[in-house]
Amino acid sequence: MMEVCNCIEPQWPADELLMKYQYISDFFIAVAYFSIPLELIYFVKKSAVFPYRWVLVQFGAFIVLCGATHLINLWTFTTHSRTVALVMTTAKVLTAVVSCATALMLVHIIPDLLSVKTRELFLKNKAAELDREMGLIRTQEETGRHVRMLTHEIRSTLDRHTILKTTLVELGRTLALEECALWMPTRTGLELQLSYTLRQQHPVEYTVPIQLPVINQVFVTSRAVKISPNSPVARLRPVSGKYLLGEVVAVRVPLLHLSNFQINDWPELSTKRYALMVLMLPSDSARQWHVHELELVEVVADQVAVALSHAAILEESMRARDLLMEQNVALDIARREAETAIRARNDFLAVMNHEMRTPMHAIIALSSLLQETELTPEQRLMVETVLNLIKPIAVVKKLPITLNLAPDLPEFVVGDEKRLMQIILNIVGNAVKFSKQGSISVTALVTKSDNRAPPDFFVVPTGSHFYLRVKVKDLGAGINPQDIPKLFTKFAQTQSLATRSSGGSGLGLAISKRFVNLMEGNIWIESEGVGKGCTAIFDVKLGISNESKQSGIPKVPANPQHVNFAGLKVLVMDENGVSRMVTKGLLVHLGCEVATVSSSEECLRVVSHEHRVVFMDVCTPGVENYQIALRIHEKFTKRHQRPLLVALTGNTDKSTKERCMSFGLDGVLLKPVSLDNMRNVLSDLLEHRVLYEAM
Amino acid sequence: LMTAKSLASKETVNGRCWFYSDDDDGISVYLNRELHAMNTVVAQLQTQFQDYLVSLYQQGFLDNQFTELRKLQDEGTPDFVAEVVSLFFDDCSKLINSMSRSLERPENVDFKQVDSGVHQLKGSSSSVGARRVKNVCISFKECCDVQNREGCLRCLQQVDYEYKMLKTKLQDLFNLEKQIVQAGGAIPQHFPSYTILRPDIRPCLDA
Repeated sequence: MMEVCNCIEPQWPADELLMKYQYISDFFIAVAYFSIPLELIYFVKKSAVFPYRWVLVQFGAFIVLCGATHLINLWTFTTHSRTVALVMTTAKVLTAVVSCATALMLVHIIPDLLSVKTRELFLKNKAAELDREMGLIRTQEETGRHVRMLTHEIRSTLDRHTILKTTLVELGRTLALEECALWMPTRTGLELQLSYTLRQQHPVEYTVPIQLPVINQVFVTSRAVKISPNSPVARLRPVSGKYLLGEVVAVRVPLLHLSNFQINDWPELSTKRYALMVLMLPSDSARQWHVHELELVEVVADQVAVALSHAAILEESMRARDLLMEQNVALDIARREAETAIRARNDFLAVMNHEMRTPMHAIIALSSLLQETELTPEQRLMVETVLNLIKPIAVVKKLPITLNLAPDLPEFVVGDEKRLMQIILNIVGNAVKFSKQGSISVTALVTKSDNRAPPDFFVVPTGSHFYLRVKVKDLGAGINPQDIPKLFTKFAQTQSLATRSSGGSGLGLAISKRFVNLMEGNIWIESEGVGKGCTAIFDVKLGISNESKQSGIPKVPANPQHVNFAGLKVLVMDENGVSRMVTKGLLVHLGCEVATVSSSEECLRVVSHEHRVVFMDVCTPGVENYQIALRIHEKFTKRHQRPLLVALTGNTDKSTKERCMSFGLDGVLLKPVSLDNMRNVLSDLLEHRVLYEAM
Repeated sequence: LMTAKSLASKETVNGRCWFYSDDDDGISVYLNRELHAMNTVVAQLQTQFQDYLVSLYQQGFLDNQFTELRKLQDEGTPDFVAEVVSLFFDDCSKLINSMSRSLERPENVDFKQVDSGVHQLKGSSSSVGARRVKNVCISFKECCDVQNREGCLRCLQQVDYEYKMLKTKLQDLFNLEKQIVQAGGAIPQHFPSYTILRPDIRPCLDA
């Protein structure tokens, strides 16, 4: 018999090969099963986040046990002890427990794990989306920057051309356009003309009618409108065989007029002139117009409109300013010319006025005096007419004027009568003008050195000259002593005098002063003060006339008997042709019948009893001339037949006169003879038949 | 009589007509009109003539004798002055020629001849009123008296210069006279009594 052993006889298969394979596989499984958890642990340790650690542990345990099981299985292929079987069983049991637990757990876990995955996916999508949006925002921000820069560029200039050119350039750059063009309306408003382009330097000047449907389409909306690349406004260049023309967008640019601006009302109405901006994307690029790009274009169009309006306003105001400046300059010139003309006229009038008034006063005075004399009715009428022409001041005022003449004043003086008269009239006129009442006294005397005179004026009377002093005193308004220096200045008037009411231009005293100075004299005014009257005093240098010493000259200047020498026959003898002619002319003017001879012999031959006077020139040195006188005396024995003999000489000395007398001449005349002198001499001669001295 | 707008008024007092004016302007407007009327070519020429004549006196070319000479000119003898003056200039040139011949050779100077020539010249110039010429003749005579040939030559030169100068001036004057006559005006005989002594008061257009 065989003994029963507790050994489990393994079915030692007949197939040892199969056993071997199972053995190997189990081994590998075990290994794998042991290594998987290791890997898991390794990687879990490596990863930062793993929420399900304990699941892992569980799973690990499960796998380890499975591995253990398979490992232990290795020993069971051969005869093995009971321990092994025990261990095996334990392992299996454990494995079973753990794996069931794991299986149960997985039911909970796997959905979780799956949802993690979903969330991950979701997040990834989100991230992608955000990225996209980020990209978009960046693009937009970029675009915005471009717009700002563009606007800045556009608005930085007020020049139309620059604005438009810059716009096109910047737009082209920003949007990477192939072509960009601006169509402006023509003056008539019926056509759009291609004004600016980006690429073409000199755009061909061609126009399209404004009523095209595509244009209308763009003009009705303020938005950028996509238009067909084949429309007339977009066909800017000859199509050069491009496969696909880029998309084209057009937008209107309002052209604002000054008149469009109202304060509260942004212009978007009424008269609308628009320009058309056309933008073309590059051909063959398959690019499309994006919304943000269109927005950019719209914004730019608006900015351009604003900038253009500013430029227009500026132009307008510059033009207005230039015009105003021109007008101002012209007005200024005109004003200055007018002023100088007025000044000149006033000056001229003032001087002329005064110059005319003074003789007027003289005329008045003299006419008044004339009225006092005996006049025929006709003459009186004429004088009254003259007087009526001008208002006589002094007659109306009735101011008594007294005249005092010093006894030592010479009877005849030499001087400028007319100007002296003017001075006197002026001063007396002033006295009359500025006196409302009272009397006026005029005093004339010879200035002595001890008389009161201004310290810088010395009176030096010479033998032939003297200084005449005239004082005109009035009891009128008087003058403030401080104003006295100003009186002699042309046009200066003092306020203290009632000058406004009495008129007067202030020239009189200045002119008088000038005359007085010319006569080597001095003029001044003394006054106690306002209301105390004033005295005007002037000194002038006058010559003492020699005529006052003469007694021979007839006192009556015009001898009524012989004023007319008509037909009086006279003979003139003079060697000097010129003086002969002059003397002849003189006598002819007086009405005489003149014969002339140039030598004494001729004289003797010609002289006859018909000649009443013989004028002979005795200037040439020598005694021969005087001989003729003797001859004539011899020729005409009868006194009444003999012509009167007058010598014309250049000498004034006594010896000549004596000689003449001794030779029987009836008179001597100093050459050259004046007309008046000759007249007087002739009349005196013919009356008295003798002439004593005529020099 | 022109009433100067509203600045003047007319009144009849005691049967007489008074013409009042508040200020000088009334008169000056009236005067202005007169002045304007006077502003004819003739008046301008006359003024020119007078100014020129006065200047000749002021510059010493002429003296009072010339005035006297002008008095002798009337309708019967309209060219009296011109004739006398031209005779004088002919005389001058003849005398100057003869005197210069006499003074030519230094060793053979006929001072008597020169003296008589100077005497003639002096007489003529004083008859005509040629003041400057006459003055030169006076110094000429002095040189002649002391027989100073150099002095005489100098004086001769001066006389020549002066008479030629006067000739030109008088020629201009006579031309002006002719213009006045042709324009139908009368030649002013007398000097203006009220010459404006302030020629610098001219309307000046440059402020």
